[in-house]
Amino acid sequence: MLLELTGISKRFGPVEVLSDVDLAIGAGEVCALVGDNGAGKSTLVKCVAGIHSVDGGEVRVDGEVRTISSPRDAAGLGIEVVYQDLALCDNLDVVENLFLGREKRRGIVLDDDAMEQLAAETLSSLAVRTIRNLRQPVASLSGGQRQTVAIAKAVLWNSRLVILDEPTAALGVAQTRQVLELIRRLADQGLAVLYISHNLNDVFAVADRIAALYLGRMAAVLDAADTTQSQVVELITSGRSGQLGLTDQNGARP
Amino acid sequence: MTTPVLPNDAEAAAPPAEPGAARAVVDHARSYWANVRSGEVGALPAVAGIIALCVFFGLSKPVFLSVGNLANLFGQGAAVACIAMGLVFVLILGEIDLSAGFASGVCAAVMAVILTDWGVHWTIAIGAALATGVVIGLVLGTLVVKLGIPSFVVTLAAFLAFQGIVLMILDEGSNISINDETVKTIAGGNLERWQGWALLAVTVAAYGAIQIQRWRRRIARSLVHEPLAVVLARIGALAALLAAGVFLLNLERSANPQIISLTGVPVVVVILGGLFAVWTFVLHRTRFGRHLYAVGGNPEAAVRAGVNVDRVRIAAFVICSGMAAVGGVVAASRAASVDPNTGGSNVLLLSVGAAVIGGASLFGGKGTVRAALLGGAVVAIINNGMGLMGLSAGVRFGVTGAVLLLAAGVDAMSRGRGKLFGRN
Repeated sequence: MLLELTGISKRFGPVEVLSDVDLAIGAGEVCALVGDNGAGKSTLVKCVAGIHSVDGGEVRVDGEVRTISSPRDAAGLGIEVVYQDLALCDNLDVVENLFLGREKRRGIVLDDDAMEQLAAETLSSLAVRTIRNLRQPVASLSGGQRQTVAIAKAVLWNSRLVILDEPTAALGVAQTRQVLELIRRLADQGLAVLYISHNLNDVFAVADRIAALYLGRMAAVLDAADTTQSQVVELITSGRSGQLGLTDQNGARP
Repeated sequence: MTTPVLPNDAEAAAPPAEPGAARAVVDHARSYWANVRSGEVGALPAVAGIIALCVFFGLSKPVFLSVGNLANLFGQGAAVACIAMGLVFVLILGEIDLSAGFASGVCAAVMAVILTDWGVHWTIAIGAALATGVVIGLVLGTLVVKLGIPSFVVTLAAFLAFQGIVLMILDEGSNISINDETVKTIAGGNLERWQGWALLAVTVAAYGAIQIQRWRRRIARSLVHEPLAVVLARIGALAALLAAGVFLLNLERSANPQIISLTGVPVVVVILGGLFAVWTFVLHRTRFGRHLYAVGGNPEAAVRAGVNVDRVRIAAFVICSGMAAVGGVVAASRAASVDPNTGGSNVLLLSVGAAVIGGASLFGGKGTVRAALLGGAVVAIINNGMGLMGLSAGVRFGVTGAVLLLAAGVDAMSRGRGKLFGRN
């Protein structure tokens, strides 16, 4: 497994936001992380991304225990996060955004042509056809195109695990489909994808496995193929569904 | 920044069919027009303004279009243009430096004291003036960035304080004259005729080489490239424009050529051109320039991309105050003296106006060095032309203020328009 989380817990003061969470993601699979507001999805992501430190449990990357204490650590391990509020500069063009902070240079001069070529190759390897002019400012792109740029930016750096926080939340139907196709292609190219979403239609369209958080605890991790939407809804809203899900303190299912 | 031609669907589907040159040029013009429509007006308003103003003043006062007045314009606008070039860096961040005018006064006073009162060599005097500018920028930048005081407040405080410092340096308001011939040459000297032509040849050759090399590199990497005709036309246009300028400035412009001959390209034009080339390179071809635009566009994104935002912001203030020092030296050279009003009165307003009229945005993220020069030209032409028409200083202030307001209005509106045409 590329990323293994075991017994992760995190508290903010007296509030236990995550308790004893287990999750494993392998290369080439899309794992969806679902849960109601406040279930701890974002906190879990921030723990993996190095923004929060964990209070308990282990993070293993390629089987080795790692401490991720900054976004830089995460990037060093090949973990890239695409945040909900897109981290793009409207006044820069597509190529400039893709390489921001990691520009290619010849001497002290920016090598814009090399960057443009690499950007074009990356986008075509992801079969992105929606962005034709790499030199247009990001401000002139549609929401779906912007999301595509943000995802491509995460993939450009030999990343191995891409975490997407609600990438389709603000998109229309056609643009959502484009982004979901892109997510599928990332996994097909051998990347691990952790995909956070509220929208179960999107989740079932793209995910191999579904992990449902309920009040900071992992209710269940299921194969998407063997699961129905109503089961996932029950797991999200009550933490259990039939034989699946959390047990109470005595181990009994009420 | 140039815009490559967009291949349309038909071309993308059939790559071997090279479009005709004429067709490619039309496509290029079309994509430029599309940019203008979506709010990327660039240098268009400033260039249109310069042409309109020249026609207007030329018709009402024919002496405006004389060669002597043309040379005069450069001298009059140079100091403001220098300060405006520096201000562009701060404006790109969405910050402002209200102290740039009096910072130039402080630096000019430092130079004058060292040069005239102490009798030290001009290299050291100018070096000290520039160093003073850099230190001022470091202090302002650190206050804004590290303490988080709004730049408006920090530089407004500095605006008052520097006014006082100039008075102190100049012993409560005395006037120090500058007698050093080299320093006076900066704003008052002219090149020999042949030097003007030689400089033109070097400039066009360098620009052409860079353009052609870039064009070939893009073909080699099979990237979208401009049609060769557009590249050549651009080089040709620059050559023609510069040649016309050198030819005109090489004409005799003295009222009494028998007594004193006055010909050649003013030295200050060369200085402005050099500064323009250097700062354009820094803004568009270096990592610092890229990061400056990124911080101005979306600081959060810049932080997440690993940009050292604090360092970029402090550097912008250093460049701004450093260029204010250059402007102060030029102003002192032109007046051949420094007094408590050097860099005062309307210098700052004109400089900010120049940058904004040229196309820098007060909202940050946008601006070029070219904007500062074009806007500086507009401001200089307005002042010069209205002076020739014998209008009072009061009217001139009023009109300049109105033009600044107009430019800021265009800026705000083009921003709204960009939004309208942008998302979704």
